[in-house]
Amino acid sequence: MDFVRNFPFISIILSLFSGPLSSILSGKWAKRINTAVIAVIGVMSACVLAYVAGTGEEFIYYMGHFPAPWGNEIRVGELEAFMAVFFCIIMLLCMLGGMKERLTQIEESKQNLYYIMVNLLLCSLLALIYTNDLFTAYVFVEINTISACGLIMIRQNGRTFEAAIRYMIMSLLGSGLLLLGLCFLYSVTGHLLMSNIQQQVRLLTAMGEYHIPLMVALCLMSVGLAIKSALYPFHSWLPDAYGYSTVSSAAILSSLVSKGYIFLLIKIFYRVIGFDIICESKVIHVLYVFGIMGMIMGSVSAIREDNIRRMIAYSSVAQVGYIYMGLGLGTEAGVVASIYHVLSHAATKSLLFVAASGLTDASGGSVRFKDLRGAGYRHKLAGIAFMVGSLSMVGLPMFSGFISKLLFSQEAVGHTHKMLPTLIALAVSTVLNAVYFMKTVISIYMPPGEEVELAESRNIAMREQPGKSVALVCFIILNLIMGLNSEPIIHLIETGLGMFR
Amino acid sequence: MDVTNLMKNYVEAVAMILFGIGFTNLLLQKNLIKKIVGLNIMDTATYLFLALKGYIDGRKAPVVVDGVQSVETYINPIPSGLVLTGIVVSVSVTALMLSLTIRLYRRYHTLDLDEISTLLRREKK
Repeated sequence: MDFVRNFPFISIILSLFSGPLSSILSGKWAKRINTAVIAVIGVMSACVLAYVAGTGEEFIYYMGHFPAPWGNEIRVGELEAFMAVFFCIIMLLCMLGGMKERLTQIEESKQNLYYIMVNLLLCSLLALIYTNDLFTAYVFVEINTISACGLIMIRQNGRTFEAAIRYMIMSLLGSGLLLLGLCFLYSVTGHLLMSNIQQQVRLLTAMGEYHIPLMVALCLMSVGLAIKSALYPFHSWLPDAYGYSTVSSAAILSSLVSKGYIFLLIKIFYRVIGFDIICESKVIHVLYVFGIMGMIMGSVSAIREDNIRRMIAYSSVAQVGYIYMGLGLGTEAGVVASIYHVLSHAATKSLLFVAASGLTDASGGSVRFKDLRGAGYRHKLAGIAFMVGSLSMVGLPMFSGFISKLLFSQEAVGHTHKMLPTLIALAVSTVLNAVYFMKTVISIYMPPGEEVELAESRNIAMREQPGKSVALVCFIILNLIMGLNSEPIIHLIETGLGMFR
Repeated sequence: MDVTNLMKNYVEAVAMILFGIGFTNLLLQKNLIKKIVGLNIMDTATYLFLALKGYIDGRKAPVVVDGVQSVETYINPIPSGLVLTGIVVSVSVTALMLSLTIRLYRRYHTLDLDEISTLLRREKK
């Protein structure tokens, strides 16, 4: 049974090597290998999850069997293994849902390059989830950025190039700050492994020394990761990047890439600095304020859009705001709510992107709302899926979005200073969400206007796009599971966070 | 204000100033090439800071040539290793940025990012 302990390392290496392997294969074979790799890694992570849940404690994998202060470590707890399984499921479904678009929107000779990027992205996400070494985390953050940039610009037109370069610029600012922050931390503590740094940080706080450098390092890392995960004032790159890339890229970027950075930030809070020290610092208040601003401003920008893809992208800004708001509450339950929202947003946003691509297919490829009228009748499954996603985002009971909003507000009620702003922001943001999502749902179920050319729009049967149909059905089921049966997941997150200490 | 500490650690201060210069260049310049130069200044400033943290006055680079294995002889090798890794990362990122810049220049014949945005908006209409 102890062989399972090797699985996290094997899954990282497997996805890392399948990338270069794809470069010498044809597009078709690269796709098969990619699907197989994601599925195998998902199964292996599930084994790891079962193993960790069975033993009830986390385990450490020493790279090359070098012990703690010298070697590099992989540290696996329940939450890490669960995140790996969940990311694999979402990625598999995103790839399935956007299969047809990839064939048409990417040049024939560049098909296999797409899968290199996806494999490397999976590798870096897994490494960010599992690693216990800050500098390794930085290197994989950069790999993540580069492959995400590749995913944006693989659909070659001016729009995506501009989006990619804007994405790169913002991401590099973020990783520059992250690197500087961890250099500070290294020079103060003398360690790079998360658990060793935490020991030193606790020692330093107890002695009351180096308070300012520690806080500066914390600020730099928080701001760096906030920029990379598109927290409100730094979201300018996001709508173009999500709005014009191919469907699977947009779904993967919104549901996985930004979530990887958020997970790393949570790890830094818990494992590097220590959550009680974080709560005493002012940094979380800043994150809280920007989270609240993001919740409102993201929704306001989404209302003004008349492009369905960009609207969903702006909605991501609002949802990332929710996550940072939960972190900013500064309590354990707030972090649990944030992680639940990470999961629910990942499941819902990818559903929305795939469903929106089905709707635009049925409307002659147009993304304008006036051309989308009646699209819900022309592509029935996509219409239903979009409705499920919208209701989940708005926060109707039965769907996953409801549970995270419930957790946020339950947590906020017990909070003395932040109760009122949190509840008001939640209410306002829910209303704004309802405005733009319901507007879209109503417009896709309206009888088509006269200005729509009949030749452009056509009915699409479920059989025509088998990949997308399967992906949509799976996403809907995932959403319902997370909405109706949330107790075990919340319990898992709580025990997983308990292992973080 | 205690100026003596600043005088003692003036190279760190220089590294931070350089980081600031690079950061603002990457953020605010309109010209893509100048942005990339800014990126490189920013990264190099971080490496200067790191290399400085690993340096101990009067000691040698950690390469054993004459059989001396005492810890007292050599500087801390870990920051040097981090700098090397960081350089690899920043080289690949710079290459990606430059190639993107070339693609945009061939398409729009300008290096000004704002101008490219305006051209794109016009293209759409």
